[in-house]
Amino acid sequence: MTTDHPRPRPRRSFLANWGSRELKGLLWQLLVVGIAVGVVAFLWSNTVANLSARRITTGFAFLGREAGMPIADTLLAYSPRDTYLWAFVVGIANTLRVAVIGIVLATILGTLVGIFRLSANWLLSRLAAVYVEVLRDIPLLLQLLFWYVLMQALPAARAALRPLDGVFLSNRGLILPSVPLGAPQLWVLGTAVLGLTLFHFIRRTLIARQMRDGRPRRIWPFAVGFIVVLPALMSWLLGVSWAIDWPELHGFNFTGGLTLAPEYFALLIALVTYTSAFIAEIVRSGIQSVSRGQWDAANALGLRRVFTLRQIILPQALRVIVPPMTSQYLNLTKNSSLAVAIGYQDVVSVANTTLNQTGQAIEAIALIMAVFLVISLSISFFMNWFNARIALSER
Amino acid sequence: MTVVTDVPDSSRAARRPRSGPPALRWIRANLFSSIPNAIITLVLLAVLAKAVIGFVQWGIANAVWVTHGNDSAACRAARGFGACWAVIPEKYRFILFGTYPFDEQWRPALSVLLFIALFYLSTRRAWWRRELLYVWIGALALISVLMWGGVFGLSFVSQDRWGGLPVTLILATSGLAFGFPLGIVVALGRRSKLPAIRSLCVLYVELIRGVPLVSLLFMASVMFPLFMPGGFNIDKLLRAQIAIVLFAGAYLAEVIRGGLQAVPRGQYEAADALGLSYWRKNRLIILPQAIRHVIPPLVNTFIAFFKDTSLVLIIGIFDLLTTAKTAIIDPAWQQFSVEVYIFVAMIYFAFCFAMSRYSRSLEAHGARR
Repeated sequence: MTTDHPRPRPRRSFLANWGSRELKGLLWQLLVVGIAVGVVAFLWSNTVANLSARRITTGFAFLGREAGMPIADTLLAYSPRDTYLWAFVVGIANTLRVAVIGIVLATILGTLVGIFRLSANWLLSRLAAVYVEVLRDIPLLLQLLFWYVLMQALPAARAALRPLDGVFLSNRGLILPSVPLGAPQLWVLGTAVLGLTLFHFIRRTLIARQMRDGRPRRIWPFAVGFIVVLPALMSWLLGVSWAIDWPELHGFNFTGGLTLAPEYFALLIALVTYTSAFIAEIVRSGIQSVSRGQWDAANALGLRRVFTLRQIILPQALRVIVPPMTSQYLNLTKNSSLAVAIGYQDVVSVANTTLNQTGQAIEAIALIMAVFLVISLSISFFMNWFNARIALSER
Repeated sequence: MTVVTDVPDSSRAARRPRSGPPALRWIRANLFSSIPNAIITLVLLAVLAKAVIGFVQWGIANAVWVTHGNDSAACRAARGFGACWAVIPEKYRFILFGTYPFDEQWRPALSVLLFIALFYLSTRRAWWRRELLYVWIGALALISVLMWGGVFGLSFVSQDRWGGLPVTLILATSGLAFGFPLGIVVALGRRSKLPAIRSLCVLYVELIRGVPLVSLLFMASVMFPLFMPGGFNIDKLLRAQIAIVLFAGAYLAEVIRGGLQAVPRGQYEAADALGLSYWRKNRLIILPQAIRHVIPPLVNTFIAFFKDTSLVLIIGIFDLLTTAKTAIIDPAWQQFSVEVYIFVAMIYFAFCFAMSRYSRSLEAHGARR
């Protein structure tokens, strides 16, 4: 390695004259890029040769062929007669089903445990600490296998456990009472979402007015009106039924209700508990990062405790909490790919089966990577947007 | 400026009990300070008591500890209300060392001890010197000799017969040993002023961090043979190891980059003023400071991929988790997987807990001298 002397040197040649730093930078870049291109070209030519030797045609044409693989537990309608493309879509839907619900539940559970960890009650805070420590220090895959074995060891459907009325827990999974969602019910839910959006804008306007003239405005009547009364009115007008579908045991199986298959349920429990331990630590350090003086100052102003927590402590803690939380959400999504170990068919599992059936290794793995990159980028994008919204705006 | 300091903290002082023996005072302050707190304490105590009694009944009182031969009849009789710990003495050699030749299993056992000694030495602050590098090289060489054999009168053992805890430790430690230099180079590259090098490093880090390790392992096990010239192939364990090194390299690079950002500008300028070259500047001035900054997160990253090595189960490599899962395929012991998983979980926990305690003590005392 040549050393570079910034001291003036006698000019000997055109190259030295040209400025050794720029030249060396250029040479280094050429060298590194050259090596990278060389390695990729080498691997690529080997791959092409190997594929032609095995008579595998590259390309995504196989996606149009009949998949013939059974997928047991799906969100979207699927039969083995469908194409590989549809099998992938079903797999992606399964991944998202675990990831989205997992993120919501892990956030709730993790926040609770994080707050418990700071509780004045010694027993509660110690138990939360043990929870965090045990779950963090055992591999997720081991926990997943453990939960799955426990699921399988549950009694058969006839002797199902009934922790609550209408809830069955057996080796067929968790069966919950549900409300069947058809088009009319979705209309009402859509109205509720619309109401929530409208309420959000009205609330912003009212708060802006209060900022201007200092007079407090009543917000809650709007909340009730848009979020409760509007959907209720819609439901009444359309005559929508909200009858609960209670699961019942018929012979060896259940009818009605919502079934969470053992694979899905085990994966969900494992992901939620494991991630919640990390989220708890993030929440704890976030709350601890807000200095005691903030509590004392709010106290001195005579603000109520809940108001202080919501309006003063939480906005400051969130700035510390959100960035590491983003990476936990990404981890949970990526970890959902462990599903393949217990046979829940997420996108990785579908791709793996496809790969074994067709030999299209490059395409299958490229699809996995593309799907996860898109999901990761979407989560990062959303969390960065959220982070920018809550960032400190100094006046 | 006058500062009022003698304002009594009335709200807290009033609640603090002043009388009674210290133990009672502690209980009143920490468990029964208010009515909601007292209710929480009582509910938790009830739940805890139930859980502990249940576990003691299952795990100790009704448990079966030993059986004779490969006979699991006693365990089957106790199934449902008593644990079958007898499966552990029956299977522990396989769980810990896999299919390594039975009479030679002192070799992987010694390797595990060497690994633990190596970790312990690396945590000692007095050892954070250049000599540590030589110790690592020596220890890894010794472990290779022990595991492979073929010299010094040790019989040769091919790596497809390796299994259990040594494989987990090899995957994790080599991941660190090779991923760390890779991470340093990539972290420097990502902060380089040369655009081509910077974008290559960003591409590598973001691509690896964006996808699950499972897909990298699939790639290593399925696509690697396609990448190589016809007929040339390398061992499955080594392929998984390469995937783990690439994975670890990307994560370590991000941690080291954080450390590089924490080094004040003045240090760079001072090194430039001394006329040091790029490499000497980084080697002598910047990296030693940067790495000291990030030792706690480095330990945490190591814990993370120590746990993640268990994912090689999915591509059928015999690490600790895979041997545990395989041990209970035996029909006689099939139903006692919970006990085996608890045993393996305790091993993983011991390693990770020790490391996380260490990382926390570093954070508390500051990794810098």
